[in-house]
Formats: sequence, C-alpha cells, structure tokens
Amino acid sequence: MMQAFICGVAVCGPGLDGWAEGRAILAGERAYEPRPIQPSVPSILAPNERRRTGAAVRLALSVAQQASEMAGIAPGAIPSLFATSNSDGAVMHAILQTLARDEPVSPTQFHNSVHNAASGYWSIATGSRQPTSCLSGHDATAAAALLKAVAAGQVEQSPILLCVYEVPMPEPLASRRPTVGSFGAALVLAPRAGAGALARLSLAYRAGAATMAQEAPRGAAWRELAAGNPAARLLRLLETLALGVADVFALRLLDGQLEITVDPC
Amino acid sequence: MRPLVLTATTVISAIGRGAAETLAALRGRRGGLVPCDFQGIATGFIGRVPDVEAHALPPALAGFDCRNNRLADLALRTDGFAAAVAAARDRLGAARIAVVLGSSTSGILSTEEAYRARDPGTGALPAGFDYDRTHEMFSLAHFVRAALGLRGPAMTVSTACASSAQTFIDARHLIEAGVCDAAIVGGADSLCGMTLRGFASLELISPVPCAPCDAARAGISIGEAAGFALLERDGDGVALVGSGASSDGYHMSAPHPEAEGAIAAMRAALAGAGLSPADIGYVNLHGTGTRANDAMEDRAMLAVFGAGTPCSSTKGWTGHALGACGIVAAVICGLCLRHGLLPGGLNIATLDPGFGANVLLRNTDAPVRRVMSNAFGFGGTNCSLVFAAGA
Repeated sequence: MMQAFICGVAVCGPGLDGWAEGRAILAGERAYEPRPIQPSVPSILAPNERRRTGAAVRLALSVAQQASEMAGIAPGAIPSLFATSNSDGAVMHAILQTLARDEPVSPTQFHNSVHNAASGYWSIATGSRQPTSCLSGHDATAAAALLKAVAAGQVEQSPILLCVYEVPMPEPLASRRPTVGSFGAALVLAPRAGAGALARLSLAYRAGAATMAQEAPRGAAWRELAAGNPAARLLRLLETLALGVADVFALRLLDGQLEITVDPC
Repeated sequence: MRPLVLTATTVISAIGRGAAETLAALRGRRGGLVPCDFQGIATGFIGRVPDVEAHALPPALAGFDCRNNRLADLALRTDGFAAAVAAARDRLGAARIAVVLGSSTSGILSTEEAYRARDPGTGALPAGFDYDRTHEMFSLAHFVRAALGLRGPAMTVSTACASSAQTFIDARHLIEAGVCDAAIVGGADSLCGMTLRGFASLELISPVPCAPCDAARAGISIGEAAGFALLERDGDGVALVGSGASSDGYHMSAPHPEAEGAIAAMRAALAGAGLSPADIGYVNLHGTGTRANDAMEDRAMLAVFGAGTPCSSTKGWTGHALGACGIVAAVICGLCLRHGLLPGGLNIATLDPGFGANVLLRNTDAPVRRVMSNAFGFGGTNCSLVFAAGA
C-alpha cells in the first residue's frame, strides 16, 4: 500500500472554476451550474508563449499553477507528471489536415503537437530543471497517473505535482473520441504530512475490474462529466476532498483497478 | 537506487531484427539508412524496417492493427522475448507485471491515412478507422499488455524523443514502490508523415545520411524501431544501476545552449548509481546529427566526463527512432557490455573541430563494465541511464 499526502489541489471544468468555487459546489454548499469555463491565463506564461499555446496547455498550466500556489510551493520547484489522452486535438487536427493536402507543416504547430507540450511549457514558464514525465492511459489516464505519481513521490521521497487534463477533440476526431467538456485537475502530493495537508491517500493496484459505480462521484449533477471525460474521473476524489470525509473507492484501469482510500487530515 | 535487471530484451530497427543482426551491423559498420521513399516524401534518408507492411497481428488483436503496433509485435516475436515474459508471468503472476512503454506519435499514420480518405461530402472518417486502438497514445501499451497476456497496470509514456528512456525511470518507480514485481519497458515509433514533414518544417532533416558529430552534419535521418526490456529485481542480464531526468526549462524544440539540463540528468544518473564519471567506460550519445543537439551534448560530455570518456552516437546506423531511440540505445549498450564493442560513429568524414569530447570514430574492442545512454526530447526533457554488466 502506497501513501501520499495531498497538500495542494486545483480544478477547472464546466461550472468548476478553481478550487475555492469548486470545493463549495462539490461539497454541496453551492448550486452547480455547468457552464463552460475559460481557464484563467496562467500568469507564469510569458506573453509570447501565451500566444503559442492552445486551450489544452493553458488549462493544464492554469491548474498546475493554482495547485502549486495552494501548497505553498513555487511553480516548477518540484518534479511533475502530466497526463492526458487527447493532448491537444486542435493542433493534431490542423496538422492532419495539412498532411492530407501534402502541404508543409507549421514548425510551431509541429513542436506543439508533442504529447508532453504542457510539461514542456510548464518547465519553460517556471524555468524548472526538475524531472517531468507525461503519460496516457486512455480512459484510465487519471488512475494510471495517480498510481505513477504516488509511486514516484514515495521512491524519490519528494513532493510531486500531478496534472491531469482533457480537452475535447475537434471533428472529425471527436466522433471517434468523444470527450465531455474541458476538465483539468492538479494535485500536489507529498510523501509526508505537512502543515496544510488536506488528506492522506492510500493506493493499491488490484487485479479484477472495478465498476463504474465504484468510481462514480456522489453528486448526480457531475456524473456525466466524470463518465465522459477521462480527467474528470478524478471528481470522486475531488468531491471527497471537498467534503473532508473519509472514503474508499476504485478507479477502473482496464481489467484491473486502483483502490483508493482517503483519510482527511 | 537498487539495481534492476534487464532479464530479456529485444529490438528491431533498420539495421536488423534482434541482437545478433544488430551486433553484426555494428561490427560490420553497415548502416540502415536509405533515401526516403515513404508516402511520396523524398526529402532526406530514412531507417525503414522492411518487414512491417507484410506483418499481420494475431487475429484476436487485429483491432490494434497499425504500423506502430505491427513494429511492436515484430519486436515481441524476436529474441525469445515473448517466451521470457510468459515465464515471468507464470513465476510472478500476470497482475504483478506492469507495462510502461514509450512512443512519440503512436499509430498516427493510421489517422493520416484516414484523413486522406475522409468522405468528400460529410468530412467523416472512413468506417473502419479505429482511433482508440491505433493512434490514441495508450494504444501501444494496451496492445503489448494484451499480446503478452499481462494484467498489471499499464501506461504509455510520451515525452517526445526521451519517451522510451523515460519508461525505465517510470517503471523503476512502480517496482521500487512495490506496485509490481517486474515491468515491460521500451517502446515503438514508426515512420509517418507527421514526423517526416514536421522535422522538415524545422529544417532538421539531413539531405544525406545523418552524421552525428561530423563537422558538416546537417540534421537527422528519421528511423523507425521498436524494442522492449523485461525489468526485474533479480535475474541474469545487464542491470540498470542509475537513472536521471531533468528539464531544460528553455525552449520547446531547441536544446539549452549551455547544456544545463543534459548535465543535470547525466549527473543525477551517476549520483543515483553511486558512481563517479571515471567509472563509466562509454557513453551512447543522444547524438541526433543536428547542429544544436550534438554541440550541446559535447559541452555536456566535457562538463561531466572531461575529454577522456569514449562516446559515440549510433543514430548513423539506425536513424533517429524518436520515442524509441532510448530502448534502441539501451539494447545497444547491452551489446557493448556483453561483447566489449565500442561502436565508432558512422558517416563521420571529419569530426567537428569544435568538439572536445572523446568521440570514437572507429569501432574499438575494449571490455567495459558500465555505460551511460542519453535521450533528450522536445519540451526540453532529458533522460540519462546507466547500465552495468551482469555479475
């Protein structure tokens, strides 16, 4: 059983604009109005980099910066793990159209097409020299990333920033890879309890599939979002943190599952 | 770090299928680069694997069919790799073996072909196109997990050209934390319009076969490759004894000119191994053949090792296999350790006179106990691994 303490959290998704608002809504203290949210432009991005980045990178950097600030950690000061299935579908679509017409690819679009674009822009924006990685686990991206981030933190005995984000693809890719809304969440995970820790996470990977019901959030209003956006599978965890309660649930990971136990600090 | 053993490995690239063919090409100084003839693109040279088009996936996994997964499947069926994994599965249990694989572009060629075949009226993609099992980044790890009958956690790591090198670090975390007892690491990247045209747009494709460290080097030659290693706590084989990663924090597609990120990764790998620079007998360079990368890496070599430690890039043989270059280099490092062969860089007419590192120009027979491998990627991500000969 691996453990980590959550000492920073951020969310940006339909009707969930930052942790202050998101916490109150997920705890049932405020009404949920699922309107599209424009992520705040991350202040860490230089103006010329802001112009070069698309919605996916801005969403990722926005929640990464907010979670770092909540944890009292300078952005980029700790190792990071970014996770996404779609990455930047708009860039991908533009390049695929160009290739289909046998036209030259834009150099900026090409370097923005790498799956680790957000991790790259994060380290550039923060001047970070810290290790960073980026992964996909398709619909199980959040589970794979949480597992990997907590393992890395435990082995390296270092805090780690985890940023999971998913932005819908444009058509025609969207028809093959539908994604509900734009959703990003970031956590700062530490191997030891600090002053501001919200909760202790205990994780175990087990063979045997979990059910959708095991990972579904309590709130019916955001269940469709959690089921339709791989990053929003973190909503059960975010809801548990918002309520400040203990919880045991599972995230699906192919024919296995990530069992998650949450104990509030 | 606690060493991990590569109890089985496999590789396929433009210079051959498996360890014996790869070693023979290195010894015979036979490169695999040919003029580009892929998808109507005629710029530069490529390292193409000839058997990919004719290879069929097992019928039960036909939904994963794409160039990238075919390349992966060929590698699985080479050097007894699948059999070694099956034995480990029986010994450890299928749920105790993770699959952590790297790719930069996954099966994007399938989407490229689907975009060319869109319905002219509606713009719809062709009916048979399966995005999730070909192009989506997880496709590779999902396919390999299914092909090997494993049930552990799985993920595809995508940190551009550092991807498959990074899988050694990510899998090490999972094993050391006790999530699993073993992991399949490595990865695959295959030829596609995206990278051939993308690197051309950055003016980074060499018009002649790439010549890393040459004074007149003019860019990369893209190659395709797949390779895997079975990483375990104990067993016989070359060991991963150190790993280091860093970010440049500088630019998306240009390396840090002072090599600060590369130096940090190399030093972290040495520190993790508890070794000093003098303990390393050879460094397999990232050595892509671009002006900027090779100059930066020479600077890093001088800073970390000084002018004595032998080093070379083997991309003159295979081309730059992008996300798969780390596993190709890892397998080549294993051959260096087992056979005492230090490959001298291929295609070098004149070593860059500005370089100070000990770049090998000829194959050298010298027993080595420990070697380092570098892989750097877009986004400014750097990864260095230290491998040691088996006990």
